[in-house]
Order: sequence, then C-alpha cells, then structure tokens
Amino acid sequence: MDLLERPLPTTPDVRRAAPAVELDERAARHSLRQQVSKLEGELCAAFTTASPFLQFDWSVPGRGGVRGVHGPRILGIGELEALRDALAEHLRSARMAMTERAELEGANRRLVESMLLEPGRHKFVRVRSEDLGERACGAWEVRPRLGLVGMLMGWWQVKLSSGCPLATGPRPERRGSTVQLGLTATSSGPAKPQALVSGN
Amino acid sequence: MTSEWQTPAGEAAVGWIADDVAAEFPELGLRFLEVPAVGGRSPQSIRDRLAFLSNRFRGAQAVTMRQDPIPWAYRVFYRHIGLDPDEQRTPLEALAVRRLLEGAFRSQGLLEDARTLALLETGVPIWAVDAAHRTGALGIRPAEPGELLGRTARGTTGLPKLPRGRLVVADSVRPLAVLFGDLGAGLEVSSGSERMVLFSVQVAGVPELHVEEALWNCLEVLAEAVR
Repeated sequence: MDLLERPLPTTPDVRRAAPAVELDERAARHSLRQQVSKLEGELCAAFTTASPFLQFDWSVPGRGGVRGVHGPRILGIGELEALRDALAEHLRSARMAMTERAELEGANRRLVESMLLEPGRHKFVRVRSEDLGERACGAWEVRPRLGLVGMLMGWWQVKLSSGCPLATGPRPERRGSTVQLGLTATSSGPAKPQALVSGN
Repeated sequence: MTSEWQTPAGEAAVGWIADDVAAEFPELGLRFLEVPAVGGRSPQSIRDRLAFLSNRFRGAQAVTMRQDPIPWAYRVFYRHIGLDPDEQRTPLEALAVRRLLEGAFRSQGLLEDARTLALLETGVPIWAVDAAHRTGALGIRPAEPGELLGRTARGTTGLPKLPRGRLVVADSVRPLAVLFGDLGAGLEVSSGSERMVLFSVQVAGVPELHVEEALWNCLEVLAEAVR
C-alpha cells in the first residue's frame, strides 16, 4: 500500500534517473550512405541497360532542400533513409518497366516469326525493329505481292523496310557539280552511278 | 610570368575540411593552386584540341558515362549531400549534355577551355576564383547562419543569404562558392583579375592522382597559351 500511495516522480527526476544512451548516429549514417551508393550503382546499370528504348523518368529527387531551396548539405538519418527508400522504390519500378519491355519485345519477336511462317494469317501486320529491341529504323510488314493482284490471289509476303531515313532529307541536285556517294550530276540530266559514267 | 607556370600541380596546396564535414566524409578533399590570371580567346591549337575531342565523343559515351568510376563517384557524392545528379548534373555529365545539344565542345575563352579539357581528360572538375578576394587557405565547411555568398562594390546589398548548413568552399573569412554550385557574385575571374586560384574537389572513389592530373592538365593548357 505504501508503494501505491507514493507520489509519481516528476519529469526531471525521470531524466536524471534514466541511463545515458548514446546513439552512434554517425555509423548509421555511414551505413545508409553505403546503401545509397549501392542503389545508385544499380540504378546507373539499369539506366545503361534500358537506354534508349525505355521511356522512364530516372530522376530521384534529392534531399538537400532547406526551406524549399535545394543545395548541398550533410543529410540526417531520416533524410538518408527517405533517400534510400526512394532509390530502392525507383529501382524496383525501373526493373518492372524493363521486364515489361522485355516481355513486349519477346512477344514481338514471336509475332515476326509467325509472320514469316504464315504471312497470310497476319495481313498488313507491321512490327517496328525498335519494338524488337533493335537499334534500327526498319519495320517488318506483311504486304501483298504485286499489290492488288496479290491481295486477290492471297499472295502475301513479309517485307523488311530499308533502314533509317537521311538525317537531313534528300539534298537538292546542283547542276554541273559532283556530289557525294559516288554519284555524278551532269548538266544535261539526273545523277548517275559513278560506274556507269566511267563506262565500266 | 612563364616561370610561374612551371609550378607542378603536385605542389598544389591541400585545403582544409571542417571537422564535422570530415567526420561524415573522410575521403573528401580539396586542392588549390594560385597562378597568374589569364583570359581572352583560346589559341587555334586549343580550339583544335576541343574539336578533336568533340569528334571523338559519341552519344553512347554520354549514356554509359555514369557507370565509369570517376563520374559515378561524383554522382554518388551528389546523392550523399542531397543533390539529384539527374537534375543538377555532375560537371562531366553536364559537359556531355552540352556537347550533345550544341554538337561540339565550343570554345568559351581560354580559362573555360582549359577547365573543359582538364575535365574531359580526367573527369575531375576545376573551378577558378579571383585571387584578390582570397584570404588564407581554401576549405570546405557548412555555412553559418546569415552568411552571404559573394562580394560586390556596393557591400552586401543584393547578395544571396546562405541557408545554415549549406556546404560551401570558403577561405578563412567568407564563402567563395557553393560546393559543386555557383561561385559567389563578384568572385569570378574577370579581365581585371591579376591572379586566380584554381581549385578542385576530391570525393570518395576519385584517386588523388586524378585530381593532380586535372590541375596539371589545366595548367598545361594555360601555359601553352601564355608561351
């Protein structure tokens, strides 16, 4: 009973009685920085692997904001944790997007194979090389052989379009001058291959 | 003047790092060197070097650059100090983006070109401030409350106030630049400058040799123009 009737100690007494606990926050921050470094490395690797086809926002906002102004400073544990979590979440999203992209490319490759095997069952289907994960501008397309005749007769074929268009478009022909790519322009007519002009 | 350019970059002074910063980033370092100020246009040989490096630079390099050890080290350090390297790009990545947008490393004056060449060769950035405004050795520390960045003829009017804890490159009196950020107003090397201080920041993962080589490269380019 005596114990129950004894008044509760006031707050300062509690503080004085509590054992001194020193948290090694520096070690924790060091550990978090190592995790951030590892995640940043993995994010860089994912970026390099996925470029340039994957459309993804790779930016992870920094935590250097001080009253709305961004800049360099020593981050606290909470900020480093938030940064680590954001990087991890971003990396997970990036990997999911890469997996989806890989599945899409795989499906497109299978589609091109079936187009080649049975063109008649994939009339006018078009698959861009970019969607196959290739760094090219071509496209696989099922088209009728001989145009309308092929459509009526059921003659279908797969055609791969030629590569990328010229970056600057066709250059206007200049009279009486030699142009690049082995073509010679004459004043009397259009450009001819170099071999024909020389008579070989 | 030419004899002053003979100073090897290996003799660059080692800057101080504030205790609380050094405790958090033990491998952070700063090297600086005072040399005569130079300005004006770059000679043709330096512009040719820039053109040569422009032609050797490809888009694929810009993509894979972030996985190279030195640019990656700066990216990681940016993360550690709360910056987003995709928003505020590391110096080498910013240069790569400029190259892709402009189609070449365009000459921007002798000092800028020397810094660009050093950065391209080593991946380590170099900054320059007017030595007339320097007092004592350079170092890295957090900003004190109410500190101003820069120096103008009209005193402190209009100067930006630094938030407490902002990491700055400072001399023994005042902040000279935000770490990896802008130089203070009025501290840039200008046509009226007689001497300048070149400084470079070393982070974890960047060997000291690279920092010395960056300073040496920069000095070589400047000396070549002076000769």
